[in-house]
Amino acid sequence: MSGTPLLEARGIVRRFGHVQALGGADFSVYPGEICALIGDNGAGKSTLVRILSGADRPDAGEILLEGKPVDLASPGTAQQMGIATVYQDLALAPDLSPADNLYLGRELLRPGFLGSLGFVDRRRMRRNATEQFSRLGVKLRSPRVAVATLSGGQRQSVAITRAAMWADKLIFMDEPTAALGVIQTERVLNLIKQVRDQGIAVVLISHNMPQVLEVADRVEVLRLGQRVAQLPTLGSSVEQLVAAMTSGTLAKEPAS
Amino acid sequence: MSSNNLDVARPADPSPLPSGSASVGSASVGNPFQTFRHSPIFFPLIGLVAVIVIMIFASGSFFSVANLTNVMRQVSINAIVAVGMTFVILTGGIDLSVGAVMALAGTIAAGMMVHGFEPVLALVVGLGVGFGFGLFNGLLVAYARMPPIIVTLATMGVARGLALMYSGGYPISGLPKWMRFFGNGAVWGVQTPIIITLVVYLVAWVVLERAPFGRYVYAIGGNETATRLSGIKVGRAKLIVYAVSGLTAAIAAIVLTSRLMSGQPNAGIGFELDAIAAVVLGGTAIAGGRGSVIGTLIGALLLGVLNNGLNMMGLDPYVQNVIKGGIILLAIFIGRERRA
Repeated sequence: MSGTPLLEARGIVRRFGHVQALGGADFSVYPGEICALIGDNGAGKSTLVRILSGADRPDAGEILLEGKPVDLASPGTAQQMGIATVYQDLALAPDLSPADNLYLGRELLRPGFLGSLGFVDRRRMRRNATEQFSRLGVKLRSPRVAVATLSGGQRQSVAITRAAMWADKLIFMDEPTAALGVIQTERVLNLIKQVRDQGIAVVLISHNMPQVLEVADRVEVLRLGQRVAQLPTLGSSVEQLVAAMTSGTLAKEPAS
Repeated sequence: MSSNNLDVARPADPSPLPSGSASVGSASVGNPFQTFRHSPIFFPLIGLVAVIVIMIFASGSFFSVANLTNVMRQVSINAIVAVGMTFVILTGGIDLSVGAVMALAGTIAAGMMVHGFEPVLALVVGLGVGFGFGLFNGLLVAYARMPPIIVTLATMGVARGLALMYSGGYPISGLPKWMRFFGNGAVWGVQTPIIITLVVYLVAWVVLERAPFGRYVYAIGGNETATRLSGIKVGRAKLIVYAVSGLTAAIAAIVLTSRLMSGQPNAGIGFELDAIAAVVLGGTAIAGGRGSVIGTLIGALLLGVLNNGLNMMGLDPYVQNVIKGGIILLAIFIGRERRA
C-alpha cells in the first residue's frame, strides 16, 4: 500500500433523483493487488464500480489512473486504458464457443486476401484461446462447444480469462462466485489469484467475509456512500470487517 | 460489413506466455456423429429425409427429376426470403414486412420497366427499395427501440399500401422478354431461381459463419447486454440485419416478378409466415442466438416437399393446411429447447 495507486477515486458523488448513492466516496487500488470492496447492501459498491469501469458517470469527483486524471466516458474507454469488468450476470454470449467469446468484438482475421474480405481466423483464435486458458489453469472440455453448455464455474472462468486477456492493468469483479458451488468457487478464487500473479490488479466485490480474508490482499470498506476504512487482510478478522461495514468504525481489538 | 471498434490501443493478438502444460481444450467433444447429433440441423435433416421417404412411397411420380426440379424452383422464393428472416430471428427479432416489401419492390421494378426506364436500373431500384425498407425497419428497432413485431407489422401495412397506390391495384404486365430469365430461365441446364438461391445461401453462410459480423448476430441473440458491453455496436448490427432482410425480400421479389412476368401488388401475402416457418423448422431458436442458414434451407425444402407431395397425393387443399400446421407443431415440439 505504498506509492501511487493504480486507480484512485476522490470525492465521487452520484445521485439518482433524491437518493444519494455515493456521497463523496474515495477509493484506491494499487498495482498487482487483489483489493476487496465491501459494504452492506446499499453502501454504493456497485455504483462505484460502474463509475470506475466507465458504465456510469459521476455527478462530481475525480478519477486518477496512475496519478493522472482520466475521463472514463464508456466501458470502451476504460477497456482501452486496460480496465475490464466481469459482470455479475456473466457477460458472455451463450451460443458462441469460449474461443469466440474471448475474441468477441476483437476477432482475428485471416492473413492475406481472405482477411481483407473479412474472414475470421477461427483456427488461430481457437489455438490462442486454448493457450490463454491453460496459462491461467482453466480446464474446459473444448473451446468449440457453446458456452451455454458449460457449468457456471467454467462460464465464470471464461469471463475472467476474457477480461484478463484484454485488460493489462485492472479487472473489476462483481460477486464472481455468488452463484457457484464450493468446488467451483475454489477454482474461480484460484483463477483470480492467477490473474493477480500475472500482474493485473483485481477489485473484488464480495459479501463473503471469509472469502475476502482468504483471497484479498487489502480491503476497502464503503458505508452509506463513503469510504470508512482501508485495512490489510493480514491480521484482520471477520468481526473487524463486519464492524467497519455496519458502524463505520474499526473494532481495534478483535473479539478473542 | 461491421468492423471491430475496440482494437485501437489493444494488441490485436496478445501473445500468450509459453506454457508447460499441454493443450487443455483441444480434446474433441466426441466422435463426429455425436457432434452432428447435437448440431441444430440434426432434427430438421431427419425430418426432411423422413418426409421425402414418405412422399416417395405415397406418390409414384414424386421422385422424378422433373418433379424434384419443380420443387426446388417452387421452394426458391420462400428460401430466399427466409435467409434474411434467419438473420433477423438470430438476433431475437422478427420481420413481418417481408411479403409486403416483396410486393412493393416487385411492382416498382415492373412499373419502371414498363415506363421505359433502363431495365437494369429498374432492377437496382427494386432491390434498393427492399434494402431501404429494411433499413427503415432497422432504424425503428435499433435506434428508436421499438419492438420488432410492432414495427414490422406497421411497415407491412405501409409497404402493401404503397404497392397498391403505385400500381393502382392492378398487376403491372408487359415486361421485357428477357425478364423471364430470373424466374424461368436456366444456365447450363440449371434453373436460374435455384442458382440465385444457392448464391444467396453461400454468401449468407460465409457472413454468418466466417465474418465477425456473424459472431455479433449470434451474440446479440444470445445476450444483447453482454454484446454491448463487449464494445460491439449492437444498434448498427441490428440495422444491417433488417436491411439484409429487406434486401433478400427484394431479391425474391425479382424472381417472383419474373416468374409471373408481372408486378403484382397483392403478391407475397402470407410469405412472412412461410419464411418464419422455414426458419423455425430449420432449427433456429425463435428467441435468437442459435440456428443456421443451412437449417433454414432444409426447413424451406421440408415445407416445399410437403406442399408438393400433398398435392401429388391429390389431397384436399383444406386438409393440406391442417396437415402442414400439425407437422410444424410436431417439428417444433421435437426440436424445442434442448439446451443443458
